[in-house]
Amino acid sequence: MFEWVMGLSLVIVAISTLMYFYRLVKGPTVPDRIISLDAIGINLIGITAIFSIVMNTDAFLEVILLLGVLAFIGTVAFSKFLEKGEIIENDRDK
Amino acid sequence: MRRTNRKTNDVILQTTVQTVFFIIVIYSVHLFFSGHYTPGGGFIGGLMTSSAIVLLLLAFDVKTAASILPVNYLYVTAFGLLAAIGTGIGSLLYGMPFLKHWHGPVHIPFLGEIELATATLFDFGVYLVVVGVTMTIIQTIGETE
Repeated sequence: MFEWVMGLSLVIVAISTLMYFYRLVKGPTVPDRIISLDAIGINLIGITAIFSIVMNTDAFLEVILLLGVLAFIGTVAFSKFLEKGEIIENDRDK
Repeated sequence: MRRTNRKTNDVILQTTVQTVFFIIVIYSVHLFFSGHYTPGGGFIGGLMTSSAIVLLLLAFDVKTAASILPVNYLYVTAFGLLAAIGTGIGSLLYGMPFLKHWHGPVHIPFLGEIELATATLFDFGVYLVVVGVTMTIIQTIGETE
């Protein structure tokens, strides 16, 4: 029963990721694609968590926090590139 | 903080980064020290530390990050290589082969008996090399003058 519920939630998260992938391919503007990439990263976190429950191990818990940090940094970098044109400024007061 | 006429106002991003920076640094230190028994180690710990510094570079700029962390990352790389080689040569002093590691309980004042391993020093060298190389690459690419 428990395995079945975990498999069902994996399938639901996979379908959600596929829908985000549709938005990633189809999205009319660049911010749409950035948001969908960020959400795909968060879905990957969920998939990793469910997989670590299914495999009955806690060896992947580092991966979860790691993916969260990387998704945040990537989204911030993309947003700054869209807004200012450069990612790392030399002097922001100029 | 100086009051200047900026074009954009990044107060939300900067406040978030000021909090998240320390969480990422603590997490990277945890990853570094947990590498002996659980997943982690010097490589991924160094990558997380450098990603925290990259977040600092994203929220502020190169000058501010250099004033917060006044470090020449080339020296960091060199010191990491020195630490890695030093742990290898240290075993030669005891008549052991190169890079022969040792571990055992050590009595430390205020902390008591702690199991220490010289492999951690080698891993610390790896950590410093990864931080130095990553930050050198990113700073060299980022400086568009």
